[in-house]
Amino acid sequence: MADRPLIDTNVYLFRWPFRRVTVDEPAALVRLLEEQGVVQAWAGSLEGVFDRDVSGVNQRLAAVCAAYPHLLAPMGSLNLALPDWQDDLRRCHELYGMRGVRLHPNYHGYTLDAPAVRALWEAAAQLSLVVQVVALLEDERTQAPACAVPHVALAPLLDHMRAVPQARVQVLNAQRALRPGEAEELAAAGVAFDLATVEGAGGVGSLVERIGPQRLLFGSFQPLFYFESARLKLRESSLGAWAEEQICVENARRLLAAA
Amino acid sequence: MIWDLHCHLAGLPGRTPEERMARLMELADRMGIERLCLYMGLEFVVRPTPEQLRRQNDEVLQALAHWHDRAYGFCYVSGEHVDASLEEIERCVAEGPMVGIKLWVARRCSDAALDSIVARATELGAVVFQHTWFKQDGTQLAGESTPLDLATLAVRHPQAILVCGHTGGLWELGIRAVRAHPNIYVDLAGSDPTRGMVEMAVRELGAQRVLYGSDAPGRSFASQLGKVLAAEITAQQRQLILGANLRRLLGPILRAKGREA
Ligand SMILES: [Zn+2]
Repeated sequence: MADRPLIDTNVYLFRWPFRRVTVDEPAALVRLLEEQGVVQAWAGSLEGVFDRDVSGVNQRLAAVCAAYPHLLAPMGSLNLALPDWQDDLRRCHELYGMRGVRLHPNYHGYTLDAPAVRALWEAAAQLSLVVQVVALLEDERTQAPACAVPHVALAPLLDHMRAVPQARVQVLNAQRALRPGEAEELAAAGVAFDLATVEGAGGVGSLVERIGPQRLLFGSFQPLFYFESARLKLRESSLGAWAEEQICVENARRLLAAA
Repeated sequence: MIWDLHCHLAGLPGRTPEERMARLMELADRMGIERLCLYMGLEFVVRPTPEQLRRQNDEVLQALAHWHDRAYGFCYVSGEHVDASLEEIERCVAEGPMVGIKLWVARRCSDAALDSIVARATELGAVVFQHTWFKQDGTQLAGESTPLDLATLAVRHPQAILVCGHTGGLWELGIRAVRAHPNIYVDLAGSDPTRGMVEMAVRELGAQRVLYGSDAPGRSFASQLGKVLAAEITAQQRQLILGANLRRLLGPILRAKGREA
């Protein structure tokens, strides 16, 4: 299966409360990623979506990732609606050596124009941390009624990027949250995306035509999506070797590289 | 062998059906898709008038013209215009090359008004494709069927070949809703490639009742094909889902038209 090395920027550890899948145990997930030629996986925690004890969430995430240091790069959970999230950020950086953090604003009940978001942009840029904003975890049409959340409105990111141009920002699972023309605007402001939810026949190719090959990163949304669905999009869009290399590896390396 | 149950012309670049079909086939070729089913015209029309039904079907006929060896048309019909739909079935299926009918969101398929349409399609051996969704966010259209509507229809038409479009979107519910009706098949197309969908469908319905489709160009061939290629099922089950089931279902009507299946 593995035909080129991949950096998968959209991976989660642990369980989704609404569905058991066969690869939601870390060992099974690691085996799958290795079989698929993934050389680095940016791993967030599904526990961090629902558990308010974010400090404990990040401790467990760090512990599992430390067992697979060649593969798993932990992306700490932050909940900007909680008091003292700044200390969670500090621990992600100082205690665990994490290279980035992942946000779920819709599940945590704030929007991207909240003052804490600008504060995080500034603090993360200081520490050269990547910030991943997850636009959605599930299609709004299929969410469990007891836990239905809107997609994250991404427009406020433009102001944050203008104010903090050195910020390293990626939006995950963006497609259903994007208004027409918004991907182009955000990409021009420096925001990167992943391809897990990019749809349409030849959809990755048409997105690359609009935002360029350096704003899109490989992401498979493990363990909740079938891995092959992401990989096969590269074949469907036939982007050429250079653009594929950017999307599969180089853009992720650049985003993570030390300032 | 990969046969795609569910493709459209709307959303592709190109002014004419021929241009759009060429683009669709180029992408299908990259993914190893040998044959595909096509329905509805250059634009999506939610509640088509009789004239719009004719135009939509004409556009599909035009798109098929150079691709009869690889593409099969389904005739767009509507429960709001039963007589016009029956005329379209005569023109496009009985006397034309089409092999199925497509019902979308104009009228729920549990409505008895659809009985004569489904009965005529069944006489002809045509596959009856019904779009279904169980929408949880309040956006269900008044005429939009759920898999439960299709289950109601199946009781009245036990001989019909019924396809539950999108497996109801919310597939955990869709699979349950049609489980007891052996003449209902599920279409895997047009939803996120959520892990577990194919495995549950195979476990609860049997692989014989599960059909690969993409809903391209609205969806990516790749994302939808990935569901089947990655599913934890046997090679034989995968073959059935990717093409053998659809070939079996279309076999009688293709042979009746003197075409190889
Ligand atoms: Zn469709």
